[in-house]
Amino acid sequence: MPRTARDVVFVDGVRTPFGKAGPKGMYAETRADDLIIKCIRELVRRHPELPVERIGEVAIAATTQIGDQGLTLGRTAALLAGLPQSVPGYSIDRMCAGAMTAVTSVAGSVALGSVDIAFAGGVEHMGRHPMGEGVDPNPRIIAERLVDESALVMGQTAENLHDRFPQLTKERSDAYAAASQEKYAKALANGKIEPDLVAVATRNTLESQAGPGWGLATADEPPRPGTTIEGLAALKTPFRVRGKVTAGNSAGLNDGATASIIAAEDVARELGLPVRMRLVSYSFAGVEPEVMGFGPIPATEKALAIAGLTIDDIGLFELNEAFAVQVLALLDHYGIADDDPRVNPWGGAIAIGHPLASSGVRLMTQLAHHFEEHHEVRYGLVSMCVGLGMGGTVIWENPNHEEYGK
Amino acid sequence: MTDRQSLIEQATAAFPEEVVTHAPVHLLDLPGGAGRFALITLDNGFDHTKPTTFGPRGLVNIDVALDEVAKLAEDGEIVAAGVTGKPFIFAVGADLKGIAGAASKEIAKATGKQGHDTFRRLGELSVPTFAFINGAAMGGGVEIALHCTYRTVSAGLPALSLPEVFLGLIPGWGGTQLLPRLIGPDNAVTVVLDNPLSQNRQLKGKKVFELGIADAIFEAADFLEESLGWAAAVIKGELVVERKEYPEAEWTAALERGKQIADSRVHGATPAPYLALDLIGSARTASRSEGFDAEDEALADRIMSEEVRSGVYSFNLVQKRAKRPVGAPDRSLARPVTKVGVVGAGLMASQLATLFVQRLAVPVVLTDIDQERVDKGVKYVHEQLDLLALKGRLNSDKLNRLKALVSGSLTKDVFADADFVIEAVFEELSIKQQVFAELEAVVRPDCVIATNTSSLSVTEMASKMEHPERVVGFHFFNPVAVLPLLEVVRAEQTDDPSLATAFAVAKTLKKNAVLVKDAPAFVVNRILTRFLGVINEVLDEGTPIEVADRALDPLGLPMSPFELLELVGPAIGLHVSETLHAAFPDRFAVSENIKKLVAAGKRGIYQWVDGVRVVDPELEALFEVGDSPSTAEQVLDRATTALAEEIDLMLREGVVAAAEDIDLCMILGAGWPFHLGGITPYLDRTGVAEKVAGRRFLDKGVASLP
Repeated sequence: MPRTARDVVFVDGVRTPFGKAGPKGMYAETRADDLIIKCIRELVRRHPELPVERIGEVAIAATTQIGDQGLTLGRTAALLAGLPQSVPGYSIDRMCAGAMTAVTSVAGSVALGSVDIAFAGGVEHMGRHPMGEGVDPNPRIIAERLVDESALVMGQTAENLHDRFPQLTKERSDAYAAASQEKYAKALANGKIEPDLVAVATRNTLESQAGPGWGLATADEPPRPGTTIEGLAALKTPFRVRGKVTAGNSAGLNDGATASIIAAEDVARELGLPVRMRLVSYSFAGVEPEVMGFGPIPATEKALAIAGLTIDDIGLFELNEAFAVQVLALLDHYGIADDDPRVNPWGGAIAIGHPLASSGVRLMTQLAHHFEEHHEVRYGLVSMCVGLGMGGTVIWENPNHEEYGK
Repeated sequence: MTDRQSLIEQATAAFPEEVVTHAPVHLLDLPGGAGRFALITLDNGFDHTKPTTFGPRGLVNIDVALDEVAKLAEDGEIVAAGVTGKPFIFAVGADLKGIAGAASKEIAKATGKQGHDTFRRLGELSVPTFAFINGAAMGGGVEIALHCTYRTVSAGLPALSLPEVFLGLIPGWGGTQLLPRLIGPDNAVTVVLDNPLSQNRQLKGKKVFELGIADAIFEAADFLEESLGWAAAVIKGELVVERKEYPEAEWTAALERGKQIADSRVHGATPAPYLALDLIGSARTASRSEGFDAEDEALADRIMSEEVRSGVYSFNLVQKRAKRPVGAPDRSLARPVTKVGVVGAGLMASQLATLFVQRLAVPVVLTDIDQERVDKGVKYVHEQLDLLALKGRLNSDKLNRLKALVSGSLTKDVFADADFVIEAVFEELSIKQQVFAELEAVVRPDCVIATNTSSLSVTEMASKMEHPERVVGFHFFNPVAVLPLLEVVRAEQTDDPSLATAFAVAKTLKKNAVLVKDAPAFVVNRILTRFLGVINEVLDEGTPIEVADRALDPLGLPMSPFELLELVGPAIGLHVSETLHAAFPDRFAVSENIKKLVAAGKRGIYQWVDGVRVVDPELEALFEVGDSPSTAEQVLDRATTALAEEIDLMLREGVVAAAEDIDLCMILGAGWPFHLGGITPYLDRTGVAEKVAGRRFLDKGVASLP
């Protein structure tokens, strides 16, 4: 039987405001599954034209699939969000690229024709589930020196990346980080951030360090407006004595969730769902685990090659800022300036936060907005580094571009 | 501050065991730039298994929160304020322990006034207020919401009610004044009177919205987010909530309906519904302060009434004692029940089989003497299960499962692997003994053998058995599916594991089990028979039927003696009275006229002619009566005297562990009202107990004023 791959489009994406992990964070006592449920319900609310029984899959990522992030979250979240029982779901884990992998996985299903419409997203409550919770690394990793011992500590892998590229100085990282905060503050002031946010009721018990009673999360908690390069220079380097990686030039520990609607282009048009971006290509690549931040470079090379594009064809970038150095490594590789306006126009994870498995969809949602503001741009990409030495890149086409579909 | 400090100290002293509700204020930004909002969360620091209540210190905490909110409002820092609850609970009203403990009318009145003074601030701030009813809301919990300008309700709300009248109180924190104006007098009568007097019926979220108590309804999954979004839209003027005015004629009609409801349920026996009705009526024209003052006065009177003390006592019996039967052996001794046998396939046996299969979901086998009866019994169970499925209580898979579990047999060997066998055959000792002998020949030695006898001695039934220790009495009340009481009878030789198994089965059947001694007719039937025997006696003596039957009306019982006789069936009533007469010939008579009634095949004293109930005209010829009629007062006096005497004897015999169990049995098994406290609080407070038994049944203060 001959098969035709279908075009896959990004319809819409939302996220919760991101919070600071820990007992004083706004989500300290809010369940992770509730965060993703609010996102799913918001997408349904925003799209009354979407018949929920046609949702073919709910893929939800979480790095630590324990407790309220376990129990096959994609399925339980679908049920708890009130989607029909006929809608299946599953869980995904590729650490930081969880939500990105959720999107590419369901995109594969859509392209193959097994699913018409899917929800893809991710959640990470790093307060309730600190990195490394419950892990049990195989002793062979040490015994056979399969992986450098620094590979499991993400901050150390960022220091290692500084070692590999001596031209990526601490000063450049700090300058990039300060700019990220500034770009975010400007975007926030211009009303760019709020439209994607789903308000979340937060309940704290009487003993809560974050203040008792119900509240409402309507804004990101991590950003530090007014951050200066001078201020960043003074921060401690927790991963290495006289190191270069600080809390200021990397993303923090955060709580948050994202979700998106992915659909076959013909189905989206039939139902009147917005077509915000068309999937061009995607790729994941592996590198040495101890320089995990290098991952986006081979991933992007592969994704470009698959699409038959070069870096010059890409007009907008949404790069995950797990660490400033990891963004700079990619920019340097392609000869793009540190302050190129095509890159992270609204700032990045250094300001907004990076609740691991949720971030991929945030990048895509923001890229979709940039496409609407830049009809002249035909292609954009999202890219992120992934723990244990990986990178992931997805290239999208702008439906507003005059040559779209030609 | 000093004022408040001393208030808190007084409150603490008056009610030291209060579970204190806190009221933290959280400032948040409404979506869509609608402004800042001060949200108060009512939270007692426990999870949903201990619902939030209002006591004096909790009210002070709310007052302090409202000071903060009022200042924010005056300073222009907030655009609105709101109240919500901890997860699954909004607030369930005044702490009953606090109410029942009020030592004087002055204190009781202060309780009412403190609630009013605190809650009314929510309706008198300079900004609009919202109640987000996220979970269970009762009494004062509903009233605090009514004081707000607007309300939203969760579609997942399991229960909302104003249960005050059910307990003999009145809604005293604004309920009678605010509710009728909000939802109209007729709906208010439903919520304030009809629901509490209908087994304290609860409203679910959808109904709360339909009645107009809430202005908007949102699904539970994101109830608070959506509610705050709705509040933002109201504040921005994007949504306007219309309020209706209700014409005088509607008030008049509603009050008339309320009067009929009160008359038909309590026959004037307790003043609460009538007072509540008066207050609702006054709400049409009274100012807020006038209305609230009237509530304070009425509530204080009620709190200081015997009916309310009995009502709260009854409520606690049903809520607490019924769930932890006194004297039941340790539940760890219970053996698992994986198959049930029912001896007999008649109506009672079939009802039992239905209940067992429905609740235990284990194989249930019915036996009887011929195939036709067996088939009829199994068919009855299947039909009952079909009915449950039709009502949506069983899905088709569950229906298939349960039907497949029910079978019939002509021989008792099918009971060989049963863990629990109950007999419901003809009420005659020799037949029961024979059934037990047959059972013992096939069942395992540890199989519990139960009897549904209503009056025979369980000990005698078991006396010829090899293992009498596994025999228990398991006395249900008709209709089995409806009445919650189960008298679990410990015979002389019953051992703890068998009894524990019986209690465990009762719990799974969702029945409230009360442990009783093996004494003639146990509790409910003995008391009813003694009590109603007086009515038969005065009938035989020549008291007119109507006088005899209406004489007990002042008690507010759910039905009159002859209505009950008709429900039970004269033949069964006669049988029980004969059994009791055999046991206690000097106290239990057998009425010659009731014998005649049974012999004539009559189903009762009354018949219906053109929709009107009249005394059966043939009775005049049938009955032979004396010439010494009694007045209604004399009948009531004799009946209550008999009651007190019988209860005193039962307690001395140790039929139950305490007077509380008598009351619990009468409330759950006979539907006797809360305002009587079952019965012993009534006998105490009227002095009948003292006069007849020379003592109170309950210490002063337990179910009465201190």
